[in-house]
Amino acid sequence: MKRAAAVVVLLACLSAFVFQVPAFGALNAESLRGTELFVYNWGEYISDGSEGSLDVNKAFEEKYGIKVVYDTFDNNEVMYTKLKGGGVSYDVVIPSDYMIERMVSENMLQTIDFANVPNYKYIDAKYKNLPFDPNNEYSVPYNVGTIGLIYNTKKVAVAPDSWDALWNPDYAGQILMINNPRDAFAIAHAILGIDCNTTDKADWEAGAQKLKEQKALVQSYVNDEVYNKMESGEAALAPYYVGDFLTMRANNPDLAFVFPKEGVNFFVDSMCIPQGAKNKAAAELYINFLLEPDIALANAEYICYASPNTAVTSNPDYSLAGNEYIYPPDSAGIKTSIYRNLPQDTLNLMSSLWDDVKNYSGEADGESKGGLGSGAQTAIALSAVAAAAAAYLVFRAVRKKKREV
Amino acid sequence: MKKRSALAHKMAVSPYMLWSALFIVAPMFFVVYYSFTSADGGFTLGNMTQLGKYTDTFLRSIWFGFLATFLCLLIAYPLAYAIAKSSANVQRTMVALVMLPMWMNFLIRTYSWMTILQNTGVINNILDALGFGRVKMLNTPGAVILGMVYNFLPFMILPLYSVLAKLDPSVVEAAQDLGGNSLTVLSKVILPLSMPGIASGLTMVFVPSVSTFYISQKLGGGSFDLIGDVIERQFQQSYNYNLGAAISLVLMVLILLCMAFLNRFTSGEEEMVV
Amino acid sequence: MSRLSKFYTFLVFLFLYAPIVVMIVFSFNASDSTGLLEGFSVKWYRVLMGDRAIMQALYNTLILAVASSVAATVIGTLAAVGLDKWKKNWVRTGVMTVTNIPMMNPEIVTGVSMMLLFVFMGRLVAGSGTLGFGTILIAHVTFNLPYVILSVLPKLRQTDPHLTEAAQDLGCTPLKAFFKAVLPSISTGILTGMLMAFTLSLDDFIISYFTTGPGFQTLPIAIFSMTKKRVKPDMYALSTLIFFSILVLLVLINISQARGENKRARQYKKGEV
Repeated sequence: MKRAAAVVVLLACLSAFVFQVPAFGALNAESLRGTELFVYNWGEYISDGSEGSLDVNKAFEEKYGIKVVYDTFDNNEVMYTKLKGGGVSYDVVIPSDYMIERMVSENMLQTIDFANVPNYKYIDAKYKNLPFDPNNEYSVPYNVGTIGLIYNTKKVAVAPDSWDALWNPDYAGQILMINNPRDAFAIAHAILGIDCNTTDKADWEAGAQKLKEQKALVQSYVNDEVYNKMESGEAALAPYYVGDFLTMRANNPDLAFVFPKEGVNFFVDSMCIPQGAKNKAAAELYINFLLEPDIALANAEYICYASPNTAVTSNPDYSLAGNEYIYPPDSAGIKTSIYRNLPQDTLNLMSSLWDDVKNYSGEADGESKGGLGSGAQTAIALSAVAAAAAAYLVFRAVRKKKREV
Repeated sequence: MKKRSALAHKMAVSPYMLWSALFIVAPMFFVVYYSFTSADGGFTLGNMTQLGKYTDTFLRSIWFGFLATFLCLLIAYPLAYAIAKSSANVQRTMVALVMLPMWMNFLIRTYSWMTILQNTGVINNILDALGFGRVKMLNTPGAVILGMVYNFLPFMILPLYSVLAKLDPSVVEAAQDLGGNSLTVLSKVILPLSMPGIASGLTMVFVPSVSTFYISQKLGGGSFDLIGDVIERQFQQSYNYNLGAAISLVLMVLILLCMAFLNRFTSGEEEMVV
Repeated sequence: MSRLSKFYTFLVFLFLYAPIVVMIVFSFNASDSTGLLEGFSVKWYRVLMGDRAIMQALYNTLILAVASSVAATVIGTLAAVGLDKWKKNWVRTGVMTVTNIPMMNPEIVTGVSMMLLFVFMGRLVAGSGTLGFGTILIAHVTFNLPYVILSVLPKLRQTDPHLTEAAQDLGCTPLKAFFKAVLPSISTGILTGMLMAFTLSLDDFIISYFTTGPGFQTLPIAIFSMTKKRVKPDMYALSTLIFFSILVLLVLINISQARGENKRARQYKKGEV
């Protein structure tokens, strides 16, 4: 009995200790003053102080005296390659779901000490225990969203409802395609009715074939370059993330968005701490900071992605609450799929096929590339003749000079 | 006495020898090493056998590089000649004006070309206002070659200018006095005498053109992969150092072959023309 | 110049300066577009001044250019002096061949090869995180060295080989003879080499791209990552500022050169030389 009482007292002490963690955290934070924190995030993915918004990194620096060294990447694969190469080390990275799964399986991430991330309580239960991190050990959701089709209503008369629009020859030279293999293949697979997580070689080859067919119509392959090109009306159609669509529409009201009927990818971008992080305590502080209600709200307003943070979604001041694009109602019946990590063989196949797609030049290259394309071909032929003549001339002159010597 | 100074000279060279062994020779060794190993470190020829599928890309890069180089020569020669024939003050100003853009970052200048060439860009807005309609210029092979010519033109002008400026005008006059018409004088006297400048210019334009990746990404829209793009992708996106190293090795050998071929025409010593 | 060649020169310069003019014009754009002009404003210059990342990148670039060009000049000049006196044998030929490698090689191959070295060595020594200021500095010194050596060597060849001996006969120690007699006569070569190294380092993107790490962003790399996102005209504003500072510098140099030449010409006329 006495022993049981002792246990209760001990438990009480322990829980007191646990509840005091935020205070300890603050104490800890003091000792981190003057250190550096290396953050690696997607481009255009944080409120950076432009247009009167809150500069989140600066706010963090001012609050804790920790210098934030901030770099950006344009897709998951780039981030993976940088980290895997081993030449760099970061304290916080923000990959997507399938990439987290891959990094966990390759032992590239550390478990997060959630005692230092009390604000994790704000994360919507929907976004906990997801397949890529079933026990909530490695990741804290930052943003969620889907990909979809952005189009310019001035150039595309009939609202498209299918990914097929990206293969429509009527829009040749007006189509932008996403410049990373995973999303590009997923779109091709969606049209072909193939699961985006397939490991069948033939499926991937069929996807590559589909992408090659599209190539002659594509104006350019883009990541964040999409902003300038869609906002200026340079292109008519582009697959991109729904949150970014809202940002673009703010600058060009002619833009519209659709969830193609074949289905779209649903993703969760989460904050993680990689192995080799040199300032783990500050990393946890930073993750916690990004979950603070006011910070998360500033980010959600600026980035326009759906927030997994209940403190944001329930905030009456949140202008995007219930937005039809980023928080579509279930009744909209949008078909979504989640990327899973693929076996190494399939990944190798994917990047090799992606190289094939990028290297591919169709037979009708000059024809379909329009004015200057075919003009350039003629110029090529003409100058080849001229170059040969010049080479002969030069060669003759040199031979003569040599003979003289 | 002699011996001691010889020793001193060797001592003077030794830091450089150590440096170049560590940071020029050793990296080359690593390129070869990675080319013939697989991701787990075992010997393989797999990277080399995979190269076959990049033949088109290699050919396209060399072709684009060749065209850009040739266009540079064509544009630069008359200009260099015109500069070399003008007064000392004009020469100085002109050379400064040729060099000035090189001080600006080439990325931002190339990006600026996008603003000029795009469908909603400067040229097309003018064409449209004049009623000619819009022409697709960006994201074509022509745009990529234009980008190369633009970026590397000064590398052709400067060496040409420096040989042409040294050209003794009396030699040209003598040739004219001996009854040569201007074409003969050009092909028999001026061109041969400017060969070192031409050779140096060709090298300085061809090598960066063949291996560029930024220009093709921005002005070609990623639709005309050049060999630099493939290498960059292996190292920055696909995490395939081994294949990337293999392609780099082949590119390096190809370029050295081209240089050797070029050097047959010219007897260049270890001197720079600029 | 004839009218035709004047026109031709104008066309080529139009081509060379068109993007720069566009850049300057758009740096004064009132909107944040780099495609459409919507009125005049200097707000991007204000934005630029407040952009810590760009200012840091500018600072990094300058530090790197100074450090790498000085290091390359010291090592390279020493090497050139030694190589000049070295009689031709296979070692010298070998060293000269190696010197040519970074100049002949495409930049991307140089960058990639150094990255492979750093990453491989880094794994053996430090585990991870080797790329950074140290590696990019090594890379810049490496590609600068050949330019220093090749601009000093010809000057050494032009100097009188008996200069050192004469100085020593007059009582100088070999080291003193070098500093008093040889160094002044090759100083223009050294200066040219150093300036060239400084410029190359300032402008390099490709090799830096492969050898730098987090926390050490140079200006070209900052511009590169910016052109992958939304380019805002503040980058144009920075480039415009750089353009005009270099323009002023060049004009000053030009004027001083012209003065020097005129003076020499006058002296020549007076028969003083």
